[in-house]
Amino acid sequence: MNTISGYLRQAGTAARFLLLATIVLGLLYPLAVFGAGQLVAPFQANGSIVKDSAGQPAASALIVQAAADSSGTQSPQWFHARPSAVNWDPASSSASNLGPNDPKLLDAVNSNRAAIAAEEGASPSDVPADALTASGSGLDPHISKAYADLQVQRVAQAHGLEATDVQTLVDQQTSSGLEAFLSQPSVNVTLLNLDVARLAANP
Amino acid sequence: MVFSTASFITQVAVLVLVLVLLHKPLGVYMARVFSGTKHSKPEKVLYRLAGVDAGTEQSWSVYLRSVLLFSLISILVIFALQRLQDVLPGSNSLPGVDPWVAMNTAISFVTNTNWQTYVPEATVGIFVQMCLLAVQNFLSAAVGIVVVVALIRGIVRTTTDRLGNFWVDLARASFRILLPIATVAAIALVIGGVVQNFWSTDVTNAATGAAQTIPGGPVASQEAIKVLGTNGGGYFNANSAHPFENPNVFTSLFQVFLILLIPSALPYMYGRMVGDQRQGYTVAAVMGALWLTSTCLMAWAVSSAQGTSTAAAGGLGEGFEQRLGPAASSIFAASTTLTSTGAVNVAHDSLPPLAGGVAMLNMMLGEVAPGGTGSGLYGMLVLAIIAVFIAGLMVGRTPEFLGKKITPREMKIAALYILVTPTLVLVLAAVSALLPEVMANAPASGPHQFSELLYAFTSGANNNGSAFGGITSSGPYLSTLLGLAMLLGRFLPIALVLALAGSLARQRKVPASSGTVPTHGPLFGSLLLAVTVILTALSYFPALALGPLAEGLIK
Repeated sequence: MNTISGYLRQAGTAARFLLLATIVLGLLYPLAVFGAGQLVAPFQANGSIVKDSAGQPAASALIVQAAADSSGTQSPQWFHARPSAVNWDPASSSASNLGPNDPKLLDAVNSNRAAIAAEEGASPSDVPADALTASGSGLDPHISKAYADLQVQRVAQAHGLEATDVQTLVDQQTSSGLEAFLSQPSVNVTLLNLDVARLAANP
Repeated sequence: MVFSTASFITQVAVLVLVLVLLHKPLGVYMARVFSGTKHSKPEKVLYRLAGVDAGTEQSWSVYLRSVLLFSLISILVIFALQRLQDVLPGSNSLPGVDPWVAMNTAISFVTNTNWQTYVPEATVGIFVQMCLLAVQNFLSAAVGIVVVVALIRGIVRTTTDRLGNFWVDLARASFRILLPIATVAAIALVIGGVVQNFWSTDVTNAATGAAQTIPGGPVASQEAIKVLGTNGGGYFNANSAHPFENPNVFTSLFQVFLILLIPSALPYMYGRMVGDQRQGYTVAAVMGALWLTSTCLMAWAVSSAQGTSTAAAGGLGEGFEQRLGPAASSIFAASTTLTSTGAVNVAHDSLPPLAGGVAMLNMMLGEVAPGGTGSGLYGMLVLAIIAVFIAGLMVGRTPEFLGKKITPREMKIAALYILVTPTLVLVLAAVSALLPEVMANAPASGPHQFSELLYAFTSGANNNGSAFGGITSSGPYLSTLLGLAMLLGRFLPIALVLALAGSLARQRKVPASSGTVPTHGPLFGSLLLAVTVILTALSYFPALALGPLAEGLIK
């Protein structure tokens, strides 16, 4: 009897402790971080939304935005992002989760290589690995400098721009300094395509 | 993508430097938190409202009962409220969570595992994420810390059955240690680009015609405690590979730092509480040596870029984020599996075979280098007791540990402790491999299919939470078996550690004699290192040979 009432008393303590901890850790804490975030870094806290020249929200600087049709083919007019296991849709996020020796992955890599080489008019051996493989999130906006360079000619032609001007945009969007040293020189496709659109509108 | 050795060395050096600088002040602070007798005003209010008698200390069995009851109530509440998600506010119009998934998730977060059988974006709304799951990120981490504090008190105290008050320790670990660090870290993450709002944003690119709904949510607040508390349950499915959880290589390194921060400061707290800093440094040195070795091993395995598809792609790429790079992902993958974190910034399933094997081996070591918040140190202290017993056998003396005799009772507890996880992992993985219902959920073929299964149970029983994501664990079989692995893998060791603490606290101190094996210094450190590697890792060698080793060695 004594033990049972002891258990019940402790269970009551546990439930009340959980409730009170939830008020502090589950409500006050995230709200405090929200308040601080809106105060010190509202741009980042709200998703790094970038606007177009008309002032409308056009994209998030951190999330891939591919100009793709419903079948998952990326438009030849724009810089392509890496393959994505979620079709570049930020409503979800996922990797392919295929093993390194998986035959399905091998097929995907090989067919991606052939398709990209044909589209860019390049030698298959010039297509870099990031162009052939899906990122861990499916939402990585970045491609390698090599893959961006490979696409310059095609994108410039599609918009009637000089290749050198488009190459300048690529170079401007290429990460550098400490960030590039710790990771690798990368180009943000989401921002690059916005730059291309801006240049195409005002050449 | 090319593995950058220069970047790897730089990031490791920065981590080591910062952790060396911070372990002492944080260790001293934590020792003070758990030794103090004063309660703050808000704590007094909390104790009064919750009905906690803060002045009374508990015996090991009452302390354990409090841990278990608190965890049980938490599991029941989280399960019930997930089921009722659709009628609660903040559901983001999502339905109530499937019962198997809700059960698995409730266990997963209360046990500090954070195995995610659910796809967050499609399963849980803001309420479940913020008020249920993220709260357990704090509390389950705090439970780990208070259990090791109780064990240290058991080592230090003599002829008593009192180990402290669970509720007081829990409140202090949550509100004096985790909450302040998490708040600062969360704000730093927001500045680094992590989202913290309560709405999504529709965007339209007029030029390309692309239209997207950019998700939002209290991500930074969950992210900070996700790594600080070595939890690993991400706000998004892709976890720390998602650009909103981990926007760039700097936030990635910062997250690894947060993962290692508390576990690497706990040995200093231990040294201070036992009044002999050499003890703390010996444990820290063993943890550090294992961490460095394993991190380098991971880097080697990743940079080898093995695998047919990797060779076809001409380098690493599948599952890696371009903006983070393979060096940052290697360090993250090693640290997340050497602790009980399980957050990932690269898809472990697609790692080169031996790199996936290193991730499994790290967890199989028992996550003691430096391990989860609290659980890493208590795991290491149990191994130290086994090491001192083996040393005692060698010199023919009754083994002692910090003035306490290691009697058959203590040895039985320690032996049971190290048997729990290998038994759970190997038995449950073997049983599952025989169930066609389970194997149908691991779509890979050949040794990789077994690797996915072995990884799942290694991760579950060690309360890690990372996964070879190709496996689908939301069905009744796997969600139950993994739930069982997580529950037993968490609470059996905790029960044994508290029993050990109670048993040690009852003893009187024996003065050190010429026959006492010192439990500090390079000699004991090497012995502890050898015991850790031999006892734990070798139990798994045959299983590893069937999975990642077979994948890595055959062409």
